[in-house]
Amino acid sequence: MSALTALARVSAVSSGVAQPIATVRHVHLSSRPLVFVPLALAGEANAPLAALVGSSPDAPQLLFVPQPRNRDQRFEFAAKLAAILLSYVDSFCGETETVPAGRNTEPRERYVDAPQILVPNGGGVGFVRLFGRSTRFRRTEGEYAVDASVPLLGRWLTFFAERSEYPGSSLLVSMTGALSMHWATGQSAVEDANLAALVGWIDPPSGMSGAEAALEAEDPLTWPPAGPATDPTFDNEVLAPAIEAGSLSMLESALRSQLMPTWELMWRGVSLLRGLPPGARVEQRWTADRDAFTGFASYVAEGGYPQAKRDVAVAAAQRLARLERAQALYDAQRAYDDPLLLAEYRLSGEAFAGTVIASSPDRIDDSGKRRVLRPHVTVRSEDPVLLGPGASVVSPARPSQTGSFVSVSGPDVVLELSGGMGRGLTTPPGSVPEVGERLTYTTLTESYQAPAAFPSREETPWTHGGPPVEYVPDDEDAAEDWS
Amino acid sequence: MSDVLPAVLADLTSGLHRGVVVDSPPGAGKSTLVVRATSSMVSSGQLPLMIVAQTNEQVDDLIARLVPALPPGVGIGRLSAQGYVAPPRVAQHASVTVGSKVADLGPALIVIGTAAKWATLSEGQWPWAIVDEAYQMRSDMLLRIANRFDKALFVGDPGQLDPFSVVESERWTGLTWDPMQSAVAVLLRHNPDLPVHRLPVSWRLPYSAAPVVSQAFYPFAEFTSGTGEGDRRLSLSTSGVGGGAVDAAVEMAAATGWALYELPSQHTLRTDAEAAAACAALAQRVVERGAVAYSEVAPDGAPVTEARVAIGAAHRDQVAAIRSYLPESSEITVDTANRLQGREYDVTIVLHPLSGRRDATAFHLESGRLCVLASRHRHACIVVARAGIPELLDAHPSTEPVHLNVPVKFPDGWEANQAIMAHLHGHRVRDSG
Amino acid sequence: MTNLECLRGAAAPKSHNARTIAALTTNPGCSRRAVMDAAGIDKERLASHVGFPARFGQSQFAITRGNVFEAQLKANGCAELLRLLREVLALPIGAAAYDDLESVNQLDARADRSRELLTRAADGDEDAGTLFDHPLLRLEVGGRWVYLEPDLIALQFGGKFYVVEIKSFAVIDGKADGTKVSAAATQSAVYVLAMRRLLAEAGYDPGLVSHDVVLVCPENFSNRPVATLVDVRKKLSVLERQLARMGRIDAIVDGLSPSLTFDLQVDDAGVPQRPVAELVDGMGQIDARYSPECLANCELAFFCRHEARGSTAALGKSVREELGGVSSVSHALSLASGAVPPAEDEIEAAEMLRFAAKLRSECLS
Repeated sequence: MSALTALARVSAVSSGVAQPIATVRHVHLSSRPLVFVPLALAGEANAPLAALVGSSPDAPQLLFVPQPRNRDQRFEFAAKLAAILLSYVDSFCGETETVPAGRNTEPRERYVDAPQILVPNGGGVGFVRLFGRSTRFRRTEGEYAVDASVPLLGRWLTFFAERSEYPGSSLLVSMTGALSMHWATGQSAVEDANLAALVGWIDPPSGMSGAEAALEAEDPLTWPPAGPATDPTFDNEVLAPAIEAGSLSMLESALRSQLMPTWELMWRGVSLLRGLPPGARVEQRWTADRDAFTGFASYVAEGGYPQAKRDVAVAAAQRLARLERAQALYDAQRAYDDPLLLAEYRLSGEAFAGTVIASSPDRIDDSGKRRVLRPHVTVRSEDPVLLGPGASVVSPARPSQTGSFVSVSGPDVVLELSGGMGRGLTTPPGSVPEVGERLTYTTLTESYQAPAAFPSREETPWTHGGPPVEYVPDDEDAAEDWS
Repeated sequence: MSDVLPAVLADLTSGLHRGVVVDSPPGAGKSTLVVRATSSMVSSGQLPLMIVAQTNEQVDDLIARLVPALPPGVGIGRLSAQGYVAPPRVAQHASVTVGSKVADLGPALIVIGTAAKWATLSEGQWPWAIVDEAYQMRSDMLLRIANRFDKALFVGDPGQLDPFSVVESERWTGLTWDPMQSAVAVLLRHNPDLPVHRLPVSWRLPYSAAPVVSQAFYPFAEFTSGTGEGDRRLSLSTSGVGGGAVDAAVEMAAATGWALYELPSQHTLRTDAEAAAACAALAQRVVERGAVAYSEVAPDGAPVTEARVAIGAAHRDQVAAIRSYLPESSEITVDTANRLQGREYDVTIVLHPLSGRRDATAFHLESGRLCVLASRHRHACIVVARAGIPELLDAHPSTEPVHLNVPVKFPDGWEANQAIMAHLHGHRVRDSG
Repeated sequence: MTNLECLRGAAAPKSHNARTIAALTTNPGCSRRAVMDAAGIDKERLASHVGFPARFGQSQFAITRGNVFEAQLKANGCAELLRLLREVLALPIGAAAYDDLESVNQLDARADRSRELLTRAADGDEDAGTLFDHPLLRLEVGGRWVYLEPDLIALQFGGKFYVVEIKSFAVIDGKADGTKVSAAATQSAVYVLAMRRLLAEAGYDPGLVSHDVVLVCPENFSNRPVATLVDVRKKLSVLERQLARMGRIDAIVDGLSPSLTFDLQVDDAGVPQRPVAELVDGMGQIDARYSPECLANCELAFFCRHEARGSTAALGKSVREELGGVSSVSHALSLASGAVPPAEDEIEAAEMLRFAAKLRSECLS
């Protein structure tokens, strides 16, 4: 929570409708996302009860488990979900593009598009993760055999869930998360977790304020919870009798009535997000997602093991390092793409906007062995300047150019520029800010950071327990109770 | 009192353990221990030796202390990143070779560098290592350097700030190798039988502070002050004019070693101008009043100059706010808790992390933060705070998630804060505003 | 009649239990809740009558699952539980006596019987048994005795007492929902505290009760139980402090109008008759400390949220903090737009808000 977002929230209270906190869209939106609204049975560990799933707003498919405590029926549900989800995933394993060789990499093929799963909320992401966990180790032959698609589904769901931890990834997106990244409501973050209330604030029905719409959205009779948890009253008064009666039609209509409102909200959310122009670097992050997707698809095709239950020491450290790099890059990219996000850094003193009042584009530094081009610009800042000598900053307008603080006097900041000016001793036109240009400088950087080196898993040191035993799924995993 | 070094070295060289941990409370002579351990290992031939510290400044400080303590001719290799320029305290020694590769360091028997630099090495093996400030290091960093050594001495202060990550993830909670944990925590969970020694005496903290800090922040590792009651004295050469609250607080601190300068209760921004101004005023007044510090190192008294006074705060913007109330020429140090770790002054002024807040957060309650701030002084510490912190603590909801198989960490910040506030209650000076 | 009894009126008091005592630590700054709980007022009914019913329904599926799980653990003299405890506490195989205290009918008799058995066990009397099922403990809370019923207390042979807490949320690959574990740990800490006080009063070392409690949950996706030791020392210290502060409730109550009551005046048909406006006004006399987290913890939360409308606190603690502590929404906006001059203690907040407002309008225009 930043002061800008806090201010947007109070503005939302007073205006009665959610306020934008981003000027561009920071998530990728597929042209045909797979919307997945799961429900779990209360009291159980992620036992599937029902789901609406599909990639077209007018064609939701309802899956449900008629007797939710029945293990075989759960696996039937998993198989049905697999049929839909795996064919959706497969439909992206077609056209590829060639990624040219890099410094240390061979040229490779990459799928030109990737699947995107949208779930209502954080609980939906949790459902995907746990459903992946409960299915990926299953065996397809022998005593506890399940349909061949079930463990495959588990691997894919696990892939999506793990990728969703990766800052900036859009392969598995929660709707409440995506919407609250772009709008601030006049209620708290706790209440924003209710998709109906959140959409109510962003897009209230005509004649109603956001506050009224949100209040109405809290009534589980009109707006059933978006799952995976169900409304207890529904459980007790509708679901239990329907299960008891063993009536498939009763169950189907009861569950459909619980899920349809959320289904519609999901598509309303999609169109709200589509209404925002994408940020310039969204495509770049989606490319990373496509890379990850391509990599996992070939891993699966080569018969790779299901993902381990927990990370071993080296894997954990490597993953943390990747996540940290991604987080830093994601923060910088969003700020570069979106002046409103950059403004948060201006408010906190990690960025400042101003106008160039002096520029010496052809200044040469000849103090070193080699003469180098080091132009100076003086920027008159509109914002309080909290940075000082030693700080180095970048302007989103020229991301490859770094400015080092030379001096600050009052609002005037003198920066020495390097990079982004070619190799010569004269600056190409436009590469150095000219007098009168208005720009923002920030300490955020999207510059490449080399990945850290880690020992191999076989070299795990004694301080971390030594080399772990190679994980091989065993019979116990396959037989794991599901009750 | 007992010297723990022989026992530490005996354990390290016994062949029974691959590592030894030495916990050092604030000012207990950690650096001295590292220097003595090094020279002892040099003279008994436990070489080559790799030394790991966490920041370039720590590495350079250590080199500056090591060189005079070692026999002439013992070469030290300073492993550094490209572009590193050795400061004078390192560059002046002919026995120190600087290089970004081990091959550039010649036949140095002692190689020293930051953990981050060591982590870039993918080969080489040192039979002995010393890891300094090991509690400041994250366990994933230890994972990256641990294959470089056979046996290691880990030294650090368990009461200080834990390492952190910008990534919030519960993915690894409960794992013994959780990469977000400190290096020592992970080391000990995998090797619970490693000997852990404690330095029992703080040479920095005065008699008035050691028991307070020990009880609040080191409940299971008690320590005492190296100096006794009355061994340290702070006298003020001039008297205060008008006898305002600032003078009263300075006098209280000089007389008792502690003062709580309490501003009227108010919910403020982090950069509470009144509190920031008070911090600056108190620090300046200590110097203006001609404070003289009498101690075992200066029995005839040494003036408390600006360089011997520091102001500590939790946030960088608070530091900036406080600095704005000091003349640019001032040599009074103003910094965050993170950056004050390991440093020492005669008198410190602390802007209490909870001052002016309506709610406490995990960040503000973190015991390490208050511990660092309240344990930098040799003579006296003045805490600046808005009234109402005990009430805030009492109203604090205790709802942090609890994770299975994660050892409970002590001290608890909430309790440590309560203990410190209870102690400060008796040293309160009110600014009526 | 004491003041607290006046506040409650004719209704039977809702007694504290481990869950409500644990709630003392979830929002200890809230006077309203503290007074209501101390007076034994049925908050759920009150909230419902004033038009803001709580939504803490429980699904019968969850209840059934919990009961089945506990029954399975306790079947055949706790056979399955014993197996787990032997593992986690290294209980010797032979020492497996079992005492079901639930069968004793009357509350006080059951508490006395529990006390007798537990102190006998503390004497090291091996015949006293190893497992105590549903013992009844008493704890003094704000001057009143409260009865508490732990799931189970295990006595390690010749050693320590361990409180055993049975929960039906899953532990998956060694991890469980941190909020649920935290709640279970606080509840167990209440039992540890009660048990320690019982022993202390009887002249025993309260340290005989371990600060590690045994949490028993289903493992992964199965019904198979798994036991984990949970260290509740931090919870204990918070609880002790909050219980010690219960005295402040008297001070709050003393400051209330003596005629104030939350008696719903239930008629013969069981329908509350007291005018809603009177009750709302009454609640308004006791300060609440609403935050959105209350929605998950307190029966009065929807009422308090309604009352807190227009305050920045209703938007979350971090929102209020980011707004420089300004407590009302309209005032924050007025300061941001410069429509009203800031009071002296608002100058910095106002400056920040104006800067923020300028940035927003610049970027959104």
